[in-house]
Amino acid sequence: MKRSSWTDYQKDIADDNYYYARSCIRQNFFPGSEKVFLDIIGKDLGRNIFDDPLHTSCTGIGYHSDVVPLETIMAVVARQFALMSEAGYENFTSSCITSFGIYTELLATWEEFPETEERTRENLFKATGREFKKPKNLAHTSDVIFHHREEIARKAKRKLVNAYTGEPLKVVEHIGCHYAKIFPKKGVGGSEFPYVLAGMVESWGGEVVDYPERRHCCGFGFRNYLVQANRGYSIANSHKKLESMAPYKPDFIVCNCPGCSMFLDKWQYTIAEMEGTTYGQNGAGIPVLTYEEMAGLVLGYDPWELGMQMHQVDVEPLLDKMGVEYDPAAKYLGKNGKYLSRPERALVNSCSQETLYKIKQ
Amino acid sequence: MINFGFSISKPRAIDIDRNNLRKSNEIIREMPELQACIGCGSCTASCTAGNLTEFNFRKVHTLVRRGEYQGAYEEMNKCMLCGKCRLVCPRGINTRGIVMLIKRKLGDF
Amino acid sequence: MKHVIVIGGGIAGMQCASELLRHGVAVTIIEKDKDLGGKIRNWHKLFPTFTPADEVLAEMRHRLKVSSNLTVKTNCEATKITAKRVTLSSGEELKCDATVIATGFTLFDAKIKEEYGYGIYDNVITSADLEQMFNENNVRLKQGGTPRRIAILHCVGSRDEKVCQRHCSKVCCVTGVKQAMELKEMFPTADVFNFYMDIRMFGPGYEEMYREAQTKHNVHFVRGRISEVSPTIDNRLQIKAEDTLTGRPLKIGVDMLVLLIGMKANDLNQTLVEECNLQAQPSGFMRAKDSFLHNVESNVGGVFYAGAVTAPKNVGESINEGTSAAHAVVEWLEKR
Repeated sequence: MKRSSWTDYQKDIADDNYYYARSCIRQNFFPGSEKVFLDIIGKDLGRNIFDDPLHTSCTGIGYHSDVVPLETIMAVVARQFALMSEAGYENFTSSCITSFGIYTELLATWEEFPETEERTRENLFKATGREFKKPKNLAHTSDVIFHHREEIARKAKRKLVNAYTGEPLKVVEHIGCHYAKIFPKKGVGGSEFPYVLAGMVESWGGEVVDYPERRHCCGFGFRNYLVQANRGYSIANSHKKLESMAPYKPDFIVCNCPGCSMFLDKWQYTIAEMEGTTYGQNGAGIPVLTYEEMAGLVLGYDPWELGMQMHQVDVEPLLDKMGVEYDPAAKYLGKNGKYLSRPERALVNSCSQETLYKIKQ
Repeated sequence: MINFGFSISKPRAIDIDRNNLRKSNEIIREMPELQACIGCGSCTASCTAGNLTEFNFRKVHTLVRRGEYQGAYEEMNKCMLCGKCRLVCPRGINTRGIVMLIKRKLGDF
Repeated sequence: MKHVIVIGGGIAGMQCASELLRHGVAVTIIEKDKDLGGKIRNWHKLFPTFTPADEVLAEMRHRLKVSSNLTVKTNCEATKITAKRVTLSSGEELKCDATVIATGFTLFDAKIKEEYGYGIYDNVITSADLEQMFNENNVRLKQGGTPRRIAILHCVGSRDEKVCQRHCSKVCCVTGVKQAMELKEMFPTADVFNFYMDIRMFGPGYEEMYREAQTKHNVHFVRGRISEVSPTIDNRLQIKAEDTLTGRPLKIGVDMLVLLIGMKANDLNQTLVEECNLQAQPSGFMRAKDSFLHNVESNVGGVFYAGAVTAPKNVGESINEGTSAAHAVVEWLEKR
């Protein structure tokens, strides 16, 4: 793809010593992703990262749903920064796109309106007795993986290549709106041609699909989704994207935002059950991966270690294409080896393993 | 099929690629002056029907030119053919003629 | 004999120089390109009469007769300009009795409006590229073949705060109409859609030309600014805009998109302000002493302006300013 313009939007991404802030919702929907991020950074890349049990939600969902006021979220964010300072870190990295947007927005607000920073310092001190330093470097965790993408490529056990044909896998990359649409200069590649995921895909042997609705929002939109009556146009956005990307026959979708990966995955189920439409080439859904899962597969992690059994759309067809070895019967086994029971059959699922369970049961 | 309590919203965009422009092209071919409209709104401002109903001549003929025919015939039926719009049109468009032409062409819509 | 240095050898500079020579003044023209003529050297035909730009340029060259009083320095840029002295990029210093700045404008770089994909998608071109294609008689798609549907977008790099260009570039509207008509003549069965915010037909014959484009050539005018351009699977471009006159979003696939790039203040103007005590307007274009009675004079005595260095102007206006500036210079020299 001709998108050299991304080089105009370079950002500083720290190389080591990260303070890690988790997402509120990712641990439910893509539970292995944050764990594998820590493993990749800590074990595969040998970098230092601190996973702090003390930090809280950034309250971004509440902020964007008009239930958390600006002053409150500023104090909460200030507390996260205080925890980082106390732990002796300067490089803040957040797992959630909305959090990343919030941190970026508040740092910019404090820069533009120093009196709001002063007030926040007072509020935080009154409430918690803590003081904070602003991070020296702020990056989303996808920025961090992007930063290390070539090292990951060197350590790769597999590539994003069809093991049978040798062709690069076709990947739809979807960037969360709050990554670069608020502050284009804070995202790798800016807002029109973001390169943070495309860079990973290209470094690891895949091919990025540029389709008409590439920039379109997944439709999450916080209050738009949270209210049931509004979900019709929330889902219509994912619908529009899926309709637009399907003719390109993508092998999978990769996202860097908790909301997008959840919605592009689960709305496929909803659309299929409502209208009978599926978008995958095999008549089922298009697998949706997080970038940590993508990196994990490249580095040779076991898909069930990555938590990929929690996806709505089955990932097995993709694993087969990539030549990933996995135990189909181990998909729904818990950490202790106990069978967790399997989800209801749905139109988006290819369910090739169903018979296997019957045998096992 | 499962009922989730909501339905997928239909796109509002005018999709030129999907619209059939045959009728629209015929209308423009017969009265090319319609293309000279600069959207000033004099017609709608002076419109007898438009002051009492939702009828908006400018908007309807623009939609027709984009291939959006749904409801155009019914809308044009609201015109009382008084001719005031023709008197005020700064581009000299035979607006009454356009009303009649659209009705003739889109009668089956 | 008095000596005047004209900086910029476009049409305004050429006209000014020829007029000064006629008044018995020695002239040196400083031109950064290898030839005189400026931007219209790359233009095909001029609105509203479709006069070949070459014809105008030939006449300008004819007016600027070879004379022992005329020195032309090409491939040469001025770095500092005062009424009495001009410093060149080579370090050379030239003495004179007055200077005329006729450096024109810089074309807006369409790549800055990233959402239009110029330089990324093959069939997104600028109005300047299209003139080049007209000149080479080679208007075709990058992958070969002729376009069946073309969109022309007005105000690219004009009236746009996002790219720090708040001013109207004035000539793009009529250029868009002209190019639409030329494209329709070339490809009669193709559909041409002009996406505009306002249509500003300021000159004689322009409005008539607009009307002709609408009714005779069936050019479609959609009032709305394109918000983004994306590639489609069949190598076309999908365009999104609002059809503001119907109040609905609009989506259309086209084979080619022409961006009507605006006139941006000349890159040199910054230097003029910082190094030469000259004043610029907020748009970056130079500020004339006043807008009514002293259009071609600067705030510094003996330094004059001609052409698009002070504002976007069309060819005729630029040539007229060349004449005006020459007369103002002569009057100024007579007073010394």
